[in-house]
Amino acid sequence: MRVKTPSINTAKAPSGIPALLKTAGFNALIALVLFSLMVGVRTEAGSDGQLTYWTRFGEVASLVAAVFGGSIVIELLKQWIGPTGAEKLVPPAVQSGMSFLGRYLAPALLIFTLLVPVIFYDQRYILDLAILVLTYVMLGWGLNVVVGLAGLLDLGYVAFYAVGAYSYALLATNFGWSFWICLPLAGILAAFWGVLLGFPVLRLRGDYLAIVTLAFGEIIRLVIINWQELTGGPNGVSSIPRPSFFGIPLDNSDNGLAARLGIEYSPTHRIVFLFYLILALALLTNWVTIRLRRLPIGRAWEALREDEVACRALGINTTTTKLTAFATGAMFGGFAGAFFATRQGFISPESFTFQESALVLAIVVLGGMGSQLGVALAALAMIGGFELFRSLESYRMLVFGMAMVLIMIWRPRGLIGHRAPTVYLTKAHAISSDLVKEGHG
Amino acid sequence: MSPDQILEVDRLTMRFGGIVAVQDLSFAAERKKITALIGPNGAGKTTVFNCITGFYRPSGGAIRLTHDGKVIALERLNDFRIAKQAKVARTFQNIRLFPGMTALENLMVAQHNALMRASGFTFLGLIGAPGYRDAEKCAIDLATDWLKRVNLLDRADDAAGNFAYGDQRRLEIARAMCTEPALLCLDEPAAGLNARESAALSELLLSIRDELGTSILLIEHDMSVVMEISDHIVVMDHGVKIAEGSPREVRDDPKVIAAYLGTDEEEAVAVMESGS
Repeated sequence: MRVKTPSINTAKAPSGIPALLKTAGFNALIALVLFSLMVGVRTEAGSDGQLTYWTRFGEVASLVAAVFGGSIVIELLKQWIGPTGAEKLVPPAVQSGMSFLGRYLAPALLIFTLLVPVIFYDQRYILDLAILVLTYVMLGWGLNVVVGLAGLLDLGYVAFYAVGAYSYALLATNFGWSFWICLPLAGILAAFWGVLLGFPVLRLRGDYLAIVTLAFGEIIRLVIINWQELTGGPNGVSSIPRPSFFGIPLDNSDNGLAARLGIEYSPTHRIVFLFYLILALALLTNWVTIRLRRLPIGRAWEALREDEVACRALGINTTTTKLTAFATGAMFGGFAGAFFATRQGFISPESFTFQESALVLAIVVLGGMGSQLGVALAALAMIGGFELFRSLESYRMLVFGMAMVLIMIWRPRGLIGHRAPTVYLTKAHAISSDLVKEGHG
Repeated sequence: MSPDQILEVDRLTMRFGGIVAVQDLSFAAERKKITALIGPNGAGKTTVFNCITGFYRPSGGAIRLTHDGKVIALERLNDFRIAKQAKVARTFQNIRLFPGMTALENLMVAQHNALMRASGFTFLGLIGAPGYRDAEKCAIDLATDWLKRVNLLDRADDAAGNFAYGDQRRLEIARAMCTEPALLCLDEPAAGLNARESAALSELLLSIRDELGTSILLIEHDMSVVMEISDHIVVMDHGVKIAEGSPREVRDDPKVIAAYLGTDEEEAVAVMESGS
């Protein structure tokens, strides 16, 4: 009997040339079906608005040929290396070396980060990029509380970022309150919205939770766009006050910080100040999260991720536990939003699209859910890497996407997948990611 | 109701749509005694458990728990309040540990409510108040004590998901006991255990009853365990109680033998053999 579809086990079974050609042919067929319409027919609006189209069979043929050739190469590589798996790809010596490196990586990274404004004082571009990376590190750490620790998949995290940004922008422009008063208020307001979101989604799990949080993120954005009297609608809020150094403005004036210190004014002062501000906020997020993990509430979050039914049987109020996770994550998002508003000086709804939520979630997943260092590294890789590929122009997304796919094949549970216990009797062993649950929502 | 009863189930009925899983079931569990709930598969035992521990809301009837001189109506409480306020702890037929957390962490999560109070609902704990640190030390001591009792002390820092099946069963009992319950409900604690592990389990349950004075309610199919440790046995079949009494009385009850023979011959033989 003829088997029409190629078997899934092709990689494992030592197959000869016919099987190889069959797999490659099948892949080429899929490519032909996909590309014949996507690439083969090019449509465009003509000069009078009529539809013009022309065919590009040459391109289709070359793409299909590339898939055919590529399939053969991949199949040969598979047979050469053996069955592919994460363990196979990374030798154990490298893995143990990495765990050794991991111990010193966090302090080394922190020292380097503290020195960034000193090293790159003259390079405005790098300082701006570093501030952007740190903002995403903070957002990642904030979302990590909800997704990584409590296991609640939140696709609308940008809503809290927006609430924080608009809280600061509106309070500062309408009432003239200083950044340091508005910052905690922005956090509290975001946490309040976190609880508001939490209530309707408490009974939902998994995919349903993800959809509702996604909708929540969009609702906040649409409210901001449409509530023109308060938020200025699509025009956004402009001339948001810049942060002051505890009351002393960082400007060119006579009572600015530069004049008071008797040094020459430079616009870089403000950038450096912003850098240390977001670093302090991010480190605060990190410190609070690390402490919370070791407190009963943090353990309850992780227990909730592992098994919600068992939590209830142990007398844990899962409702308040989930709400505190939402509120804590939202509060950090609100802080980051307030920082974003004061840094930009102008905010509009365009800054708070779903893409931001997806980016922050990607950072958390790529970093390894629950791992603080992993999230920081992932933010650096995602934001920094995206800038790194800038020279590739239109191929940037392609290369970036491929890099992400490769990382997820190499480390399916994120860069740092293992979990560190929060309490130990004799010695803390890292817990393999195979055992740690992702949570059901 | 006599004063030495900790739990009184009064005409409990549980319906799922048109199916009556439990009908007019009444029984009582005495304080500091081991009460077993047995019956063929599908008799409704786990449904009764889920009603007592709040995972189901009964369609009718009452469940009363007497603890510290107070009578608590369990059928009106939410599941987590039953564990928190009524001090009823339970284990599950299919083990529900926190696999990605260490054995010690599992036992710490069980002491959540006490630790939450000690940490000033997180705020005092966050700033490192000494009161919380002492409370955490006490919690670790209690957990260590239970790890010793269930013979898992040397594996305290290993992930619970890595434990062998029997060890997981014992850890789950230890975790339930760390909530310091008045009534411990065990859903088939001996399922999947070998003879030696079953004997160790019997010993553990007897020590919980005798040394700590915790009342135990258990569902079990392993008749050697049931007959050895139970003070009182309730037999269910098709959602109704068919017999009740001491192990000896139940063993010789023709209705019980018939119920087991009707569904599962092996178990009926086990009932008779363990009596001889």
